[in-house]
Amino acid sequence: MEVQLPPARYEFGGDEFVFVELDREMSLEANLKAMAITGALRRENIDGVIDICPSNASYLVRLNPDRLHPAELVEELRRLEHTAGELPDDHAVRTRIVDVPVLFDDPWTRETLLKFRDRHQDPDATDLEYAARINGFTDVRALVEAITAAPFLVTMLGFVPGLPFCYQMVPRDRQIQVPKYVRPRTDTPERAFGYGGAFAVVYPVRGAGGYQLFGIAPAPVFDLAQRLPDFADDIAFPRPSDVLRYRAIDRDEYDRTRSEVEVGHFRYRIREVELVPAELLADPDAVNGRLLEVLYR
Amino acid sequence: MSFLIVRSGGLSTTVQDTGRDGRYAIGMPPSGAVDQYSFAVANLLVGNPDGAAVLEATYLGPELEFTDSRTVAVTGADSGVTINGEPAPPWQALRVSAGDVLAVQQVRAGARPYVAVGGGIDVPPYLGSRSTYMLTGIGGFQGRALISGDQLPLGEPGPAPAAGTEVPEELRPDFPAATELRFVVGLCAYRLTGRALESFLSTEWKVTKDADRVGYRLRGGSLEFVEREQPFGAGSDQANVVDLGYPVGSVQVPGGDEPIVLLNDAVTGGGYATIGTVISVDRDRLAQTRTGGRVHFVPVDVEAAMAARQERRARLEKARAAVAPA
Repeated sequence: MEVQLPPARYEFGGDEFVFVELDREMSLEANLKAMAITGALRRENIDGVIDICPSNASYLVRLNPDRLHPAELVEELRRLEHTAGELPDDHAVRTRIVDVPVLFDDPWTRETLLKFRDRHQDPDATDLEYAARINGFTDVRALVEAITAAPFLVTMLGFVPGLPFCYQMVPRDRQIQVPKYVRPRTDTPERAFGYGGAFAVVYPVRGAGGYQLFGIAPAPVFDLAQRLPDFADDIAFPRPSDVLRYRAIDRDEYDRTRSEVEVGHFRYRIREVELVPAELLADPDAVNGRLLEVLYR
Repeated sequence: MSFLIVRSGGLSTTVQDTGRDGRYAIGMPPSGAVDQYSFAVANLLVGNPDGAAVLEATYLGPELEFTDSRTVAVTGADSGVTINGEPAPPWQALRVSAGDVLAVQQVRAGARPYVAVGGGIDVPPYLGSRSTYMLTGIGGFQGRALISGDQLPLGEPGPAPAAGTEVPEELRPDFPAATELRFVVGLCAYRLTGRALESFLSTEWKVTKDADRVGYRLRGGSLEFVEREQPFGAGSDQANVVDLGYPVGSVQVPGGDEPIVLLNDAVTGGGYATIGTVISVDRDRLAQTRTGGRVHFVPVDVEAAMAARQERRARLEKARAAVAPA
């Protein structure tokens, strides 16, 4: 692995949670390690462990302290860090690559972001204009091209049910980064496409949010009624380690897709793939090229 | 099937139980009664099994009409209770019959009254819990707060304590002018300067109007971060970290001036620095603190948090013994 991770940091979140930070920085290596350790923890099936939540460069475990002392859990996690945290080079992940359409610079998120300019770093620009400028792009169009050029790995679910945190599968020097709002907004449209830190998200439901608002997805990531076929198994569509390709669409396709969603016919374009993390780290462009070929073949 | 008629929902009354486990990893918080002690005692008073669903009100309670004979009890915040307009004591098993109307008035102290009904509120469980998670409309009664005209299904009541059985005064919560919250420092506390962390712990914080089941936003001080070059992926603001999981009870400090304590319907993760966690037992106390109320944080370790759980369990056993048939 190219990134050497620092020693993990174990913290008690009161008596009901243990938080383990694998790195303060984001990297694919840190995320893959979080996925490996939480996967191993799940297989251990320890009495008193209630929830196992991999996150971007860390993970969180919720426990019942009446059945398991938090300090005992930490000991177990330290053990797993050594036995499960190192991945062999031929380690492969079976996952899905998914086409996720996005209408950038849409009227709804634009209206919302204009309402919250007092909480923003640059009150005179839109979130897209601000993000393009601080990332050195000539204009908004170039920023959108960079977002849609390479797919993203789902590195964490959370915030609200079904929200995927997505990390673009490109080398660090090509990563887009933006700050979160100075103070979180109290409103965000459902299905808004946002960006914060090095992460892209689709907001599952209307509510608070602190990410820069870039656009809106016509298709949901959360369907409580499980009306759409892609939600037959779960109210949340994205899963950790999914690969999502955000594709820019125009207003016509947005409206068409919305109608398909509304009548219950919409299906994501999905292909099963095998992802070899070592290959991705060695040559991301080649791996991404192959993934997109599989997706649109 | 038996049911309860909601004549008025009060300000925000929801169905809650011990909470929903096992779905935190997709971003679903546990929900459940925010004051677990008052919730549990309410069930004891009406003879329900532990974990039966009750009603949790906020500030102004509901008005409920019964369609059969039941035992009912009101615990939690201090508020006037009436049956058919006549005052009725809280923290006591009360007997009602068809046509009787129970009303829980505006709270005098505390924030959240609990109403338990013999047999429990029998809404269908969703993912193992009857708790309402309003943000996404999950669980409870149609995923929302109660409104007039709702008809809540009730379970079959078991044997209940005799009418008039009460929980002794010393086993009821108090509502101090300033609530002490025991707090395990940690998570991303390294983001604050030593002086800022001290100032956080010595400040008496005021609860703003943004205080609900999702979280409590506080005001009263300003906290400075340790200057650093931001780690890759976090975002450039000094309050930003690479997005991570948030424990229930954790305190985040966006912007450094408005700490937010997360509660049972909280967001499960995000990218604002968290500086520690209110111990689970003291979430009961926070839940009974109202807008305009004051709180302060006292640093403790995990062993103290475990001891506090033990004490709460002992109190609950005393309450159980006090209401048990002689």
